[in-house]
Amino acid sequence: MTDTSTTVEAPAAGLPPKRGAELWSRYGVAAVFLAPALVLLSVWVVYPTLSTIRRSFYDKSGNSFIGLDNYRTLFSDETLRKAIENNLLWLLVVPAFVTAIGLVFAVLLERIRFSVAFKVAVFMPMAISLFAAGVIWRLMYDQDPQQGTINAALAVVKDAVSPTGALPSATPSTDALTGGPDNGMVLNTPLRPGSVAQLGLTGIREEDMPSDATQAVVPEALSGGITGVVWRDFKPGGGTPGKIEQGELGIPNVTVELRDDSGRALERATTEPDGTFSFEDVSQGTYRAAIASKTFVQPYAGVAWLGESLITPAIMMAYIWVWAGFAMVVIAAGLAAIPRDLLEAARTDGASEWAVFRRVTIPLLAPVLSVVFITMLIYVLKVFDIVISIAPGSSQDDANVIALAMWRTSFGGANDLGLGAAIAVFLFLLVIPILALNIRRFRREA
Amino acid sequence: MATASATVERQVPELSEPASTRILRILGKTPVYLFLVFIGLLWLVPTIGLLFTSLLEPAEIGRTGWWHVITQPSLATLDNYNAILHNHAITSAIWTTVWISLGATILPIVLASLAAYAFAWLEFPGRDWLFLVVVALLVVPIQMALIPIFSLYNDLGLFDTIPGLILFHTAFGLPFAIFLLRNFFIGIPRDLLEAARIDGASEFRIFVRLILPLGLPAIASLAIFQFLWVWNDLIVALTFARDTQPITVAIFSQMRQFSANIELIAPAAFISLVIPLAVFFAFQRYFVQGLLAGSVK
Repeated sequence: MTDTSTTVEAPAAGLPPKRGAELWSRYGVAAVFLAPALVLLSVWVVYPTLSTIRRSFYDKSGNSFIGLDNYRTLFSDETLRKAIENNLLWLLVVPAFVTAIGLVFAVLLERIRFSVAFKVAVFMPMAISLFAAGVIWRLMYDQDPQQGTINAALAVVKDAVSPTGALPSATPSTDALTGGPDNGMVLNTPLRPGSVAQLGLTGIREEDMPSDATQAVVPEALSGGITGVVWRDFKPGGGTPGKIEQGELGIPNVTVELRDDSGRALERATTEPDGTFSFEDVSQGTYRAAIASKTFVQPYAGVAWLGESLITPAIMMAYIWVWAGFAMVVIAAGLAAIPRDLLEAARTDGASEWAVFRRVTIPLLAPVLSVVFITMLIYVLKVFDIVISIAPGSSQDDANVIALAMWRTSFGGANDLGLGAAIAVFLFLLVIPILALNIRRFRREA
Repeated sequence: MATASATVERQVPELSEPASTRILRILGKTPVYLFLVFIGLLWLVPTIGLLFTSLLEPAEIGRTGWWHVITQPSLATLDNYNAILHNHAITSAIWTTVWISLGATILPIVLASLAAYAFAWLEFPGRDWLFLVVVALLVVPIQMALIPIFSLYNDLGLFDTIPGLILFHTAFGLPFAIFLLRNFFIGIPRDLLEAARIDGASEFRIFVRLILPLGLPAIASLAIFQFLWVWNDLIVALTFARDTQPITVAIFSQMRQFSANIELIAPAAFISLVIPLAVFFAFQRYFVQGLLAGSVK
């Protein structure tokens, strides 16, 4: 590190005899070069650090010494404990994920040409502020599938599996009909061949009514068959529930099931524009008529990514999105530095690609992987911007992390500078061992 | 005839073996290509989503998903951008960000270059020990300084001022900058410096004429890092700025009513990320170099 020590003699030999003055002027020059930086570091970094440590032993007002009370609060207060737990989760999950994803991307990139576009796409979020990334993901996570990209994508999948029903909001108009979206709506009265079923629904939104619907009619009874009608048991002004009246529309294209006593669907029919349906050639026995459950399937409501249970994983995903590019670029540089002939030698010896990867590439990459991992540990410990920007106010207690708790305690309303200082010191103590590791690495490289 | 065809048959596999393995190899790589194209697009979607959202007309922005712009380009308009560029709070926040970022990039680089030169090429007692102390300051998280500097700024009248923010960013940028530049300067050939010293050049002259030009690559990557770091800052400005706020804080103050203010938030956020993106694309090489040199704050 200090191979410059030998230079002292060389210039000294050529110096004029006024040694003392020369030495003074030399130190004076060094002092002039160093002074501005050292003054700034002293006032803005060293003094505040000492002051914060001292402040952490004082109460909110800063007037009375309270020993370790702030540190006790740090571990007993529920919000702060949650912040520490969350940060621990961040430490366990995020650095490992970022490193693994970066490794996968870097290895795949090595195998293809035209990798620049991919690199730029994945690396780009690194240039964006974590705050802007937070805004971006706040939009992505919107719960409304009409707005939030992720829920919109999930809605497409969900609609392919179980499409939204024609009448998601419909409810029975009288007690004669029971059930709901799970099992369809069943008419309580048992039916026999020759019966006429009347299935009245209400609560249907105007825009859900098919445009070809016409006045509902009670169909004729059919000997050896069961007929019926599904209608909108509602007209402007109300009307009598359970009774088909002038101005009430039949509901077309509804699937009606004829079920046996055990509830098994035997036959299906589709309603006409006037709401009527019929099952012909029904053998003797008792049956039930039911409107199929698929009619009432609710539209996709969207996952509450920003709600209390998913908020932390959601923010982690956004954070991984930001940092994967960093890991990829650093690991790719490490991969490029691995001597080709070592890999070739392993391949010539008959090792499979996977074996080469596991036994040669990974061990050679280990230093680079640990650099990425340690760097991520440090950043994750101090994570702040992206949490405060993605988590809505109502979820911030659930998304809390140490740095956010420190800021909210000190400046975000509570204004307890004593406790805030204690949280800062706690964060500092956590960062020291990790950064010490890193500085050792720096010094080795220097 | 029979023998001829036999030889042909024997030859064809031999000749086409490289071709067929090449085809196999390309086919074998197709899943990798498809996967990477898919991932690449996936990685772009969030940012494109912000851009398209910011382009939706105010009437649509709270109701329509951004992807409708792709099928109905008529939904896109620059109205939101027009509105925020006439919004004094936003434009002045953008200028504040520019001044802070420039100041807090130039100042630490000047101070760190001076200090790094002293650490690399000047003799004084305790030099290596002092350098170690400066590097050790890398461990201090910003959070350790917020509370005391908050009181200090209130006393000195630096609260809510651009110089206050610049000085804070400068101080916290120094340990890494000094570390990086010192390690770069020490690699400058000794002969060059000795020759200059024997010619009677002052240390300051050596610094300006020799060290700075030779150190330019390191200074460039440092400048990009520091610029992006300061431009993208939220926590420092959130603590020390109230009315003189940079763009991040200006947007943040609108986030309480996120959906109600989205027509302002989306374009402002996009503007705030266009400049760092431009810097990043223009100086990508230095950025990656700096990253590989070890980017730990």
